[in-house]
Order: sequence, then C-alpha cells, then structure tokens
Amino acid sequence: MIALLLDVLSWILLLTGSAFLLIGGVGLLRFPDFYSRLQAAGITDTLCSITILLGLTLQTDSLSVAAKLLFTLGFLLFTAPLASLSMAKAGRHSKVDPWRPENGGES
Amino acid sequence: MMYVVAGVAILLTMGMAIARMLAGPTLYDRILATNVFGTKTVLIIAVMGFLVGRPEFIDVAIVYALINFIGIVAILKFFEYGSFRSGIADTDPGAEENKETRP
Repeated sequence: MIALLLDVLSWILLLTGSAFLLIGGVGLLRFPDFYSRLQAAGITDTLCSITILLGLTLQTDSLSVAAKLLFTLGFLLFTAPLASLSMAKAGRHSKVDPWRPENGGES
Repeated sequence: MMYVVAGVAILLTMGMAIARMLAGPTLYDRILATNVFGTKTVLIIAVMGFLVGRPEFIDVAIVYALINFIGIVAILKFFEYGSFRSGIADTDPGAEENKETRP
C-alpha cells in the first residue's frame, strides 16, 4: 500500500517535471529576446530540479542516496537563481537590448 | 518506465538548448543555453543512475553541479569584464558614483 502510494506520487512528480521541462525548452527556443529566454530557462532550472529530484528521492531505499539527492537539490536551489542573476546582470552590463514591439519582433 | 519518460523529456530539452546554443543571436543566449544544458545534465545523470539500478551515480551529479556553476560564473565574468584579474567591484561602472555619494 505504501509502495503503491510512493509510486503514484513519484509518477506525478516526474511527469510534472517532464512537462515543465518541455515547456521551458520550447520557451527557450521561441521567446523573442534574451531576458524572456532567461526567465523560461530559470524556471526550469529550479522547478524541474525540485520535482524530478524529489520524485527520485521517493523511489530509493537507501538513506545515503536520499541525502545526496536532497543535497544536490539544495545546492541547485542556491546556485541556479544566482547563475540567472549573474546572466541578467552581465546582459544589462553589456547592453543587450530587450524586446520592444516597435522593433518588429526581432531582438 | 517513469525513469524513461523523465529521461526522454530531459534529452529533448537538452536538444532544444543545443539548438538555442547554435542559433542564439547574442553571446549571452549561448551562455544561457550552456547553463541550461549543464543543469539538465545533472538531472539526467541522476535519472540514469536510477534507470540502470545504480543510484550511486548521484555523486557524479553533485560534482557536475559544482563544476557547472563555477564554470558559468567564470565565463560570465570573463566576457563581462574582459579579464579574470581584477575584482568585480573595481571595474563596476556604477562604483564611481557610489563613491561620491558615500560619506
């Protein structure tokens, strides 16, 4: 009973993570400028890490593997927003233009 | 089965990141795609460890996450300021104004 419940929860988490991964990948391809692509990519960096690594954590029996997965999750939760912030700051510093409607859709 | 679904989704996203890496109009788009590729590599190493029945592969994923973050920050600093040598605060263009307003 517990095993079935864990399987169902793990399926839900992994499927949610996969769906958001694909949405973020399409956003990375289709969005018009650097900053909106940064937003799509930054969301997949944190949200998909949370869902997929938690879904894997529910499937393991070993305490050390679960601890390492949670450590990886915490590390990604600290570093992924920091990398996104550094990229946005570097883009502003190098004067990457944001998308504007009057420019005709090309950045 | 669930690992296969997650792995296929991660691989498709990595393919999209490679497409953006090749097509990106600016340098920062390519760096962004590289960062996404690295993060998804961490995830797929973890998923592949569970898929082949050896979850100890998560050690490799931890090290890859560390290397990916340090590499991205180093690349960004190099292309933003042109060198690894000087500190970020020294070459910040806003630093001059801040100095004057400080007591």
